[in-house]
This record gives sequence, C-alpha cells and structure tokens, in this order.
Amino acid sequence: MSVRRLAAEQPDDFVFTPENLEWAQATVQKYPEGRQASAVIPLLWRAQVQNGGWVSEPALRYVAEMLGMAYIRVYEIVTFYTMFNLQPVGRYYVQVCGTTPCMLNGSEDLKEACRKHIGPKDTVSDDGKFSWTEVECLGACVNAPMVQINKYYYEDLTEESLGKIIERLRKGESVPPGPQDGRQGCAPKSGPNTLIDSSIYGADKSGPEPGYAGTSDSKAKMPGPY
Amino acid sequence: MPKLIIDGNEHDVPDGITLIQACGLVGVEIPRFCFHERLSIAGNCRMCLVEVVGMPKPIASCAMSVSDLRPSPDGTPPTINTKSETTRRAQEGTMEFLLVNHPLDCPICDQGGECDLQDQAMAYGFNAGRFKDNKRAVEDKYLGPLIKTAMTRCIHCTRCVRFMTEVAGVPELGLIGRGEDAEITSYLEHGLHSNLSANVVDLCPVGALTSKPYAFQARPWELTKTPSIDIMDAVGSAIRVDSRGKEVLRILPRINDAVNEEWISDKARHVWDGLRSQRLDRPYIRKDGKLSPCSWDEAIAAIAERVKGADGAKFGAIAGDLAAAEEMFALKTLADQLGSPNIDCRQDGSKFDPGLGRATYLFNTSINRIEEADAVLLVGSDPRVEAPVLNSRIRKRWKQLDGKLPVGLIGSDVDLTYPYVRLGAGPETLADIANGKHDFAKTLTEAKKPMVILGPPAMARPDGYEILSLAAKVATGVGALDDGWNGFNILHAAAARVAGLDLGFVPGKNGLGTTDMIAAAGRGDLDVLYLLGADEIDMSALGETFVIYQGSHGDNGAHRADVILPGAAYTEKESTYANTEGRVQMTARAIFPPGDAREDWSIVKAVSDAIGKSLPFGTLQELRGKMYASAPQLAQLDTFGAAQESSVAKMAEHAAKPSDEPFGIAIDDYYLTNAIARASAIMASLSAMGADAEKATGTDG
Repeated sequence: MSVRRLAAEQPDDFVFTPENLEWAQATVQKYPEGRQASAVIPLLWRAQVQNGGWVSEPALRYVAEMLGMAYIRVYEIVTFYTMFNLQPVGRYYVQVCGTTPCMLNGSEDLKEACRKHIGPKDTVSDDGKFSWTEVECLGACVNAPMVQINKYYYEDLTEESLGKIIERLRKGESVPPGPQDGRQGCAPKSGPNTLIDSSIYGADKSGPEPGYAGTSDSKAKMPGPY
Repeated sequence: MPKLIIDGNEHDVPDGITLIQACGLVGVEIPRFCFHERLSIAGNCRMCLVEVVGMPKPIASCAMSVSDLRPSPDGTPPTINTKSETTRRAQEGTMEFLLVNHPLDCPICDQGGECDLQDQAMAYGFNAGRFKDNKRAVEDKYLGPLIKTAMTRCIHCTRCVRFMTEVAGVPELGLIGRGEDAEITSYLEHGLHSNLSANVVDLCPVGALTSKPYAFQARPWELTKTPSIDIMDAVGSAIRVDSRGKEVLRILPRINDAVNEEWISDKARHVWDGLRSQRLDRPYIRKDGKLSPCSWDEAIAAIAERVKGADGAKFGAIAGDLAAAEEMFALKTLADQLGSPNIDCRQDGSKFDPGLGRATYLFNTSINRIEEADAVLLVGSDPRVEAPVLNSRIRKRWKQLDGKLPVGLIGSDVDLTYPYVRLGAGPETLADIANGKHDFAKTLTEAKKPMVILGPPAMARPDGYEILSLAAKVATGVGALDDGWNGFNILHAAAARVAGLDLGFVPGKNGLGTTDMIAAAGRGDLDVLYLLGADEIDMSALGETFVIYQGSHGDNGAHRADVILPGAAYTEKESTYANTEGRVQMTARAIFPPGDAREDWSIVKAVSDAIGKSLPFGTLQELRGKMYASAPQLAQLDTFGAAQESSVAKMAEHAAKPSDEPFGIAIDDYYLTNAIARASAIMASLSAMGADAEKATGTDG
C-alpha cells in the first residue's frame, strides 16, 4: 500500500442515475435523523460502481453534499478504505491476492501474467479493458493462488490459465468463475477422500446431485461490468 | 468522589474526570501528545499509558474515566502507578515508536526549545533507538499563509483536526490514508478558512505545524516574554508578546478562562508585522499642501498657534478604535479645559449614552457565562467576525447542549459555524419579538437564561438608540434580567469603546458627535479636529479644518492630517483597556516606540502645556489617580463587575420607533479593520485569500 491521492484528471461532474438516486435516498432513510453520515460507505460504493469502478472527486463532493458532510470527512474515508479506487480502473479490474498462502502457491507468477497481458500494475491497458493491482488476503486461501476480476473469484490459477482468462475476456467471451483446474469448489484437489462409500447414502435420490453448489441462475456467476 | 491510590498516596478525585486529569490534580505529571483538555479525547498517541494494578496491560490514562475503575476485591481503591517499571517501559516503548518516523532535524526545526516531543523524549524516552531502516517522508501541505508545514515531523495526534472541527467549527482539516501513510491535510490543500486557524500551531506538540511568518526568526529562549492584552477586537484576549530588541517577533495566547480560554484570533496573533511598517516615527507638519518631517517643538508650536485662544466650541476630538483609556482621559481633560463639548469616542456613530448606566453598553452576561445560556438572539451581529473567540464560546455552548441551543439571528445572512434561524433582516422583526408576536419570543421566554446580543451594525446607525431600547424591551420582556442573570449584551468590535464610554468621552451639553463634527468640519464650522487614532471616518468630508492626527500608523487619518503626532502602539505602552464585558485590563510595554514616537498621554500633555492649559497631572500615576477618581470602575483591574440591571429596564421603557432599514454588516474585511492590521502584510495576504475563496464560491455556486 502506498500514499493514495485523487486522480490527476477528473470528470467535470457526477450525479446519481435516477435508480441509484432512489436507492441512495432509501439507504439514507435507514439511519436515524441526524445520522445520515452513516450511509457514506454504501453511497460511495454505489458511486464507485456507477462511475466505472473508481471514485472521482466530483462524486466525492456529491456524496458529501448529499449527506451534509464536510468534504474532508469523505476524503478521509475514501483514502482510508482501499476498496475505494481513486484512480480509473479498466473495465475488467483484476485484483491479485498477494498474501502469504497465495504467494507461496504462485501469486508472483500471476502478477507476471498480469504484467504480460495487461501492463504495469495500477495502470489501465491501452484498450481500456483491463487494469490490475495487488491486494491483501481475499479469503480464498484454500484455492490459492487466486484473483478477483470485478465481482468474481478465479481460483487455482497458473500463469497460463490467468493469461487465457484475460485474453478470453478481452475477446468478449464469458469465462465461468471458480477453480480453473477442474477442481470442484474447494473440495480436495485429489478428489473426495471422505464419505466416498456409496452404501452410506440412502436410496432416496431426490434433491440435487452430489457436489452441486451453484445457484439456479446459471448466469449469476458470469463476469461482467459491476 | 471516587478514591484512587496514585503512586502510593490515596486521593479523592471528582467524578467523571479521566485518569490523566486526576493525576494532574494531585500533581503527578503524565506525558501526553494527543490529549488536550479543551478538545475531545482521541487516545491515539499512547504516550499517557500508566499501570493500573489488576489490569493485564497498561491503560491509556487520557481515555479511562476514574469512575470506570473498580476497587480491588479486598476493598483497596484502584491503584495507579505512574513511576513503576511497567509504566516506564510502556512510555519508553511508545516514545521509541513515535521516534521511528520522526526526523532528527531539531537543529533546523522552529519548534526546537518549545517542543513537547523533545521535552518528553528527554524525560520519558529510551536512551537509544533500535530502528535501523529508512524513515518515512511525507509531502508538505499548503495550509494558508499562517501555517508552515513539515509533515514528516507529524506524529498524528490529530489535535489540529479536532481543534478545527470542534472549536473553530470549520471542518477543513483531516487525517487521510491509514497506517504509515496517514497524513494530515485540508481538502485539496486550500488555506484554512477560519480566523482561529493559527491556534493549531500552538496545539501541535511537534514541529509539523509552525508559524509561517515567524519561520526561522528566533529561538524561544532569545525572546523577552511580556504578558499583555490584545486590542484587535473588544474581547481583550490575554496575549504574550514575544520580542527581541526593538521588534515584536510573535504574539501568543495566554490562558484566561474568563475571556479567551487559550485561543486567540488570527488577527490578534499575526498583526505583529503591522507594528513595524507604516509607522509614524517622527512628527510631520503640512507645508504647502505636503507633509514634511519636523521636530516635536515645531509640530506642537503649530498646534498651539491654531488652538490658542480659539473658540472652544470650534474644537473637536474623536478617539479611534485602538485608543487607550489614559490618552482618552487626557484628551477629554484637554477638551474640557478648552471649553469644548465636542468629543466622541464612537467613531462608527453608534448611539450609546454612558449617562444611562453602564449596563446599557456592556456585554452584561460575561463571556464566561455564555456557557450557561440556553437561548441566544443575535441582533445585527456576526460574532464570528466581530469577536471570533467569543463566537467559539457560543459554539462551545451549542456543543455542550448537543446542538439544542436555539440561536436566532436578525440581520445579514452569515456563517456562524453553528446552525441558527434567520428570523429577519431588520428592526421590524425585533419589534415583533418585543411585542411577543414572533415565535422566537416564546423560545426566549421559555429559556431560563436567554441572551440578547447586539452587534455594531445594530447600534451604528441613526436610529441606534431606538434599536437599543427595543432590544432592552425584548430582554426585559422575555425575562432575561433576573436572578442574577443579565441577558442584555452589547458586543463591541472596537477595543477602545467601553473605556471611552466609561470615561464619558461623548459629546457634552450641546456638543457635537462624530457625524455632526464631520458635517461641521465640512461646512467650515470647526476650526480644529483632534483625531486620536481615528482612521475609520470619512477624511474627504473634513473640508478645510485643521486636523491633528495622533497615532501610531500612517493610515487614513495621517494622510489627511495637517500635523501628525507619532504615538505608541499597544505593545509599546502600559495602558488600560476595558473589554466588551467591561473587564478592565492593562497592556504592558514589550518594546519602545520607534524613533521619536512617544506615549500618547504625554503627547496630549505636551500639547496642553504649549496651549497654556496645562493638564493637571505630570506623571502616568497622577493621570491614573485622576482617571480612577472620575471613572472608578476603571480601577477594578482584571475583574468582572456586574453592572446595574435597572438601567436596562429603564431604557426598555422608551417607546422605540426604529426605521425599517435592515441591519448591514459591521466589518467588510475582518483582516483589515484597523490601522495596525492595514499595515500588516500578513493580514493583507489573509484578506487576499479570503477574497479568493469568496470568488471561488461565487463561481462554484
């Protein structure tokens, strides 16, 4: 981590879309009278989503004015929380986990893949589609090494598989998130080694297939914009 | 009253205070950086760790209330050891961590010699640092023309952030980033838009925020420290004038809980460079339309020639905003001896009459007791500009009541740093309240201790007396005058005003006031006009009158004058001022007046000798003796004496018929209100910054 500053080039203006504005007003209502400032983080997050993944200076002021806060108070918050990006990010924002378990399992290779396929850290690629950064533990150590691309986790990566994901996303294909080496969720890599005796299961075959962990919406895990 | 054992001695301490305050009360010093009695508790420097017996770890004594400690099972009171091995190791460890990133640049640091970190590192530090890596470096920030930053030195105590947010009421400073990357800054690094901002320099326990104009001027041990009183506004803040040789190098606040706590305004603090420039250091006389230097004898002879034998009714004297009681008394005595009733200390044209009683022109509640008020009505007043320190008291009260202090304002729309209801623009709203027709009248009536505060724009107008009596009617009507509570308050902006009124420096029988004198001068009905530091009147309207200007600075008055008599500024004489509450205080001489300039009362004395109407005193002591005899209240130094309430009630009986003219603004530019401030380059830069900010808000809209 390093000193965080607002981006040098800023848009002229920021306003919530009508839907976001309605949502924001509802969010502010959740807090007692005089405590509107409590809504600052949700509102900033929504502003970041609307703004393409980063908080601009007009957006910061917009949120501050909406909540009756001094600009400096909101500035303190966006600089404190590293999930608020102060610099523009690519359409696909790759966050490489670099904490110990991922590092031991090859996150350095993933960074190399990012440098090769995207460019230097914290810069947007020339086509505007990608940028990447290193983050602290994303809590998927069992599937190390891993990256988060926008909202989705891509796990059990290698330099090659991450490179392929980036290239497929660049072509506009959708890449299913989750483990990329055929592993089922966070089950043991060598395949199941407990509860494998089928005789322990009853005759009732109703319900989902063993190993089914997804949702009913097959598209829910597809990567895309925020 | 909880019992505590502090370093082996049992003490009873007041409920609800913190451990660090309890230790302070019994005379045990605990080191601290972030803790400050007048700010909220942050608890982030960890320097005040102490051992509390039974606690697994050292306790931050600034954040632990004495009421939260329980006696041990055998009934012994909570035991605090501030000198034990555990405490010492905790303090040494904290200090070592603080010094990890603090640069070793004390030899080039302006804080050197008065630095909390330096002192406490000597007293509580470890003998060596074990950190071998690179220290962090932080970009310096721009915080305006008063505050020089060296942010690498910052230890993140956040005192400055808390001061600006809580006391100044201008939340412009913040701590951005986190951990090692934390930085103190203002939003996008603009200068701080507060006229109390330079207090953060005093609060900073290290050399991160230092005084920009004072940078590299002196070391604290070279300076002569003279306790004195500020006269930039009528609050009379306690100051310390630090001087070296012939120059005042800086002005710092002194603690006076009854007046300024420990804050002073930026103008009081940084006006010192105005004491050096534009000074009148020799007499001048106008020859052939041009002012040329002359000797004292020539100047006084020229005056004597014009005044001797002149008709007393054609002599006038106006005292300015910075004049001290002594010289006003001398000038009044001179005017009496010349038989002239034309004297006035109200150069802004306000309509006070000392004959009505002292309570009609004082801040009767007292600044201290603002902290008891439960409703405030401001009439034509912008205390943030007229008396910044007093405004921070009202803000303090507003905070004490959790924002439930009802504040109503009649007058211009201004920023007070706390919310208020703007009731109206002019006297008709005040009349509504007086008649009980306005909702706010109910608020004031229901309040136990309501305050009505009148600012200069309410009085400095032709119908000023009508407004005064109307406000008195409000005060009596809502019960602001009973049970030892006097809620009728006049907020003056000029330091000289109250003493002038106490002395009766107002027109005598058939005498002319300021406005009439100027008009008479323009008509040619006035032969001689004596301006005692009066610069804020319309000099172009004085016609052919012979103008004597006595003062310290070459400002408007000196430009118009026919004879200039160079006087001393407030840091150069021992003189008496009464603040807006009527509290009489004395300035002290820190340096001598420049060149041929002399103490003001002795100039008036010399003039009187030359005219042949010698004043009946030869020394300052004799003058004071006579002055105290004529205005006994001026002898009550440093005390607040409540004035007779009945005079306010009596004034309320007057059937007031004010005009409909709305209240204006008394002070266009806070930083340029008097001759000393107008001579100051620092004030000019602050004024320019303020003008820029106004422009910016204009376009950002």
